[in-house]
Amino acid sequence: MKHLLSINDLTADQAISILDTAKELSKVSDGAMKKLPTLRGRTIVNLFFEDSTRTRISFESAAKRLSADVINFSAKGSSVSKGESLKDTAQTLQAMGADAVVIRHGASGAAQRLADSGWISASVINAGDGTHEHPTQALLDAYTIRDRFSELQGDFQGLEVAIVGDILHSRVARSNVLLLKKLGANVTLVAPPTLLPVGVESWGVSISYDFDQTLVKSNVVMMLRIQGERMNDSYFPSAREYSRSFGLDSVRLNMLKKNAIIMHPGPMNRGLEISADSADAGNSVVLAQVSNGVLVRMATLYQLLAADQNSEMRM
Amino acid sequence: MAAVLDTGDISRALKRISHEIVEKNHGVSQIVLLGIPTRGAYLAARIAKFLEEIESPVATGTLDITLHRDDLRLRPPRPLLPTVIPTGGIEGKNVVLIDDVLFSGRTIRAALDAIGEIGRPKTVQLAVLVDRGHRELPIRADYVGKNIPTSSNESVKVNLSEIDGIDSVEIVGGK
Repeated sequence: MKHLLSINDLTADQAISILDTAKELSKVSDGAMKKLPTLRGRTIVNLFFEDSTRTRISFESAAKRLSADVINFSAKGSSVSKGESLKDTAQTLQAMGADAVVIRHGASGAAQRLADSGWISASVINAGDGTHEHPTQALLDAYTIRDRFSELQGDFQGLEVAIVGDILHSRVARSNVLLLKKLGANVTLVAPPTLLPVGVESWGVSISYDFDQTLVKSNVVMMLRIQGERMNDSYFPSAREYSRSFGLDSVRLNMLKKNAIIMHPGPMNRGLEISADSADAGNSVVLAQVSNGVLVRMATLYQLLAADQNSEMRM
Repeated sequence: MAAVLDTGDISRALKRISHEIVEKNHGVSQIVLLGIPTRGAYLAARIAKFLEEIESPVATGTLDITLHRDDLRLRPPRPLLPTVIPTGGIEGKNVVLIDDVLFSGRTIRAALDAIGEIGRPKTVQLAVLVDRGHRELPIRADYVGKNIPTSSNESVKVNLSEIDGIDSVEIVGGK
């Protein structure tokens, strides 16, 4: 495994191996053991063409905990704003000797382009490309679910997961659907018809327009952000109406199953898709998702970079 | 393929090592056993059992050194193995590292690094079932089950009943 561009690059076993590695890392980085020498001397570039707080910081801190050198690159304030192409940017990074490039880009397929182009020899990790995929987010969500439902080991058989909100624009939803299905969970997408992508019937998931009905049977409720920057407000009549039909408010919070957990990839629009009391509720794992993100990204970097990239994982 | 040690030999060697640990440390109260997975962890559990019979129970854990290896780049990625530090930690304790075979010494170097990240023990001692020579670093064992001189193209295979179904040490390959 050289690149991580899509959840489809992983077999179920490989995905579980990343989750297991993250689990072991959680034990060693828990206590005093904060920094590991594993990737000493490697250079990891965070190439961010889109704004991000948690993903970039998460990758940066994952790389630093493994002793790699990190270069942060954001399109704002770089030569990209002078019109430099992805190719030239990539070749510059290659000339600087990057071992891995973590790329976030507004265009779907940008990470794939970078990996396939031959412009660079580094490993490419997709940290979100347009409305396509965000594989490490799906892995950290799966890790968080596994952490909370300790009876789940290999597979997620019988687990009911609801993914609610803007499926159309959500790379998080896409990656999560792929991974959760790979691991055996039952996924239900809940959204107004306008926020479901064309061809969603072929994803192999259930679709519901009635949040309340899905809510009461779900073990995991994953709320998605209404992406103001990607829409022109004509997908639903008003924010208030959206919130009433698809928001996780205090009434719905009380309808949740006893052990169900609330997830949100962040950043949250409090009061729109999720109410403040739901976001801060005892069964909300939003902050656990953030800290698990670092572990899962450490595991990903370890598996992509620790060894010679041409050799296969030894089981 | 000659079996150099059998069940009885291994058991006697571990028992002797246990007695030596007690003798050298004047008891077991400050001892922490750390086995290096996979087989070192099983050996640590066996030594812990002997120590309990001889004196009293001892803190036992495991220490995975994969993330500290200096040959990570040269090999395929390895899955991480469990690290379990006993409650009470290792600060100020006499840590006994336990591994199956002492060869180049690189595993032990990595283990010393890993220990350094966790805390500052009073002493670190090393117990191995087999010392086969060919050290590449200035590292030696405090307790040795058996010294087995080998040539560098041979390899030493330790089988333990917990995972291999049988207790034996054999020398494989070489000419």
